[in-house]
Amino acid sequence: MIELLVFYFFALVMVLSSAFVIFSERPVKSALFLVLAFVSASALWLLQYAEFLALLLIFVYVGAVMTLFLFVVMMLNVDRLPSGLTWKQRLSFVFGGGLTVALLAGVYSLSHPKASLALQKSSPVVTDSVSNSLQLGQLIYTDYLVAFELVAFVLLVAMVAAIVLVFRGAKEGTRTQRVREQVSATKAGRLKVVKV
Amino acid sequence: MYLSLLHYLVLSGIVFFISIIGIIISRKNLISLLMCVELLLLSVNTAFVAISHALGDISGQIFVLFILSVAAAETAIGLAIFVLIYRKRSTIDLSNLDFLKG
Repeated sequence: MIELLVFYFFALVMVLSSAFVIFSERPVKSALFLVLAFVSASALWLLQYAEFLALLLIFVYVGAVMTLFLFVVMMLNVDRLPSGLTWKQRLSFVFGGGLTVALLAGVYSLSHPKASLALQKSSPVVTDSVSNSLQLGQLIYTDYLVAFELVAFVLLVAMVAAIVLVFRGAKEGTRTQRVREQVSATKAGRLKVVKV
Repeated sequence: MYLSLLHYLVLSGIVFFISIIGIIISRKNLISLLMCVELLLLSVNTAFVAISHALGDISGQIFVLFILSVAAAETAIGLAIFVLIYRKRSTIDLSNLDFLKG
């Protein structure tokens, strides 16, 4: 019962903050509401015993990606969003509302006991008293090893690409590290023994 | 009444369509578009976690891990591209992006 209350609280926070992400006029505010949505989603994941992913969401997303978002929002001079809605936007509400109702009806029909995907009530038992991170690690390093390495490579490529896209080379007159000189430096070139 | 998969699927659907509406109406700047895409992926991940728990199969959580990493890569490159567009055009207004128009 208590977990139902916790669920409703965080679900409400998540839905409201994701609505504010869309409707707030300043991009900084909507980025901060996105952080709130991520944090409440992380709490919801904890309710489903996915503690590794919940913490990962906070550390990686709120810690790194959203910081990047805020940095870029503040670096670029982003206009305020217009508050008035055009008829196309009003139409999109009707469209989105209709799709939501259709999806919820589909989900509700799945909850019928005769449906193939019978919705089990979540059991509070954690399997075999093995921790969630151990289970994940055992699967990642056996069945999903190749995919895991590929994802690591994707992240590396993304990092290199982001740097190459934005970096404009060192400015004239600024002090930078000259790696070739540092590597090729020898003891004879740098040290001098002085008789005192 | 217990906490069931249905609760999570309904929540995930609501957030999914809130972000779809956001993608449609955010005609003004690219950054709010990217934020809506992040929200979309978050709702999908929530559904993955809930279904993985309901079926007792941990593979769903591994897919969440992969989706998170790819989304992080996408965000980094997307923001870098926005910085480039801003340097070129000094705006990231979506309606001004018509380089390819002849």
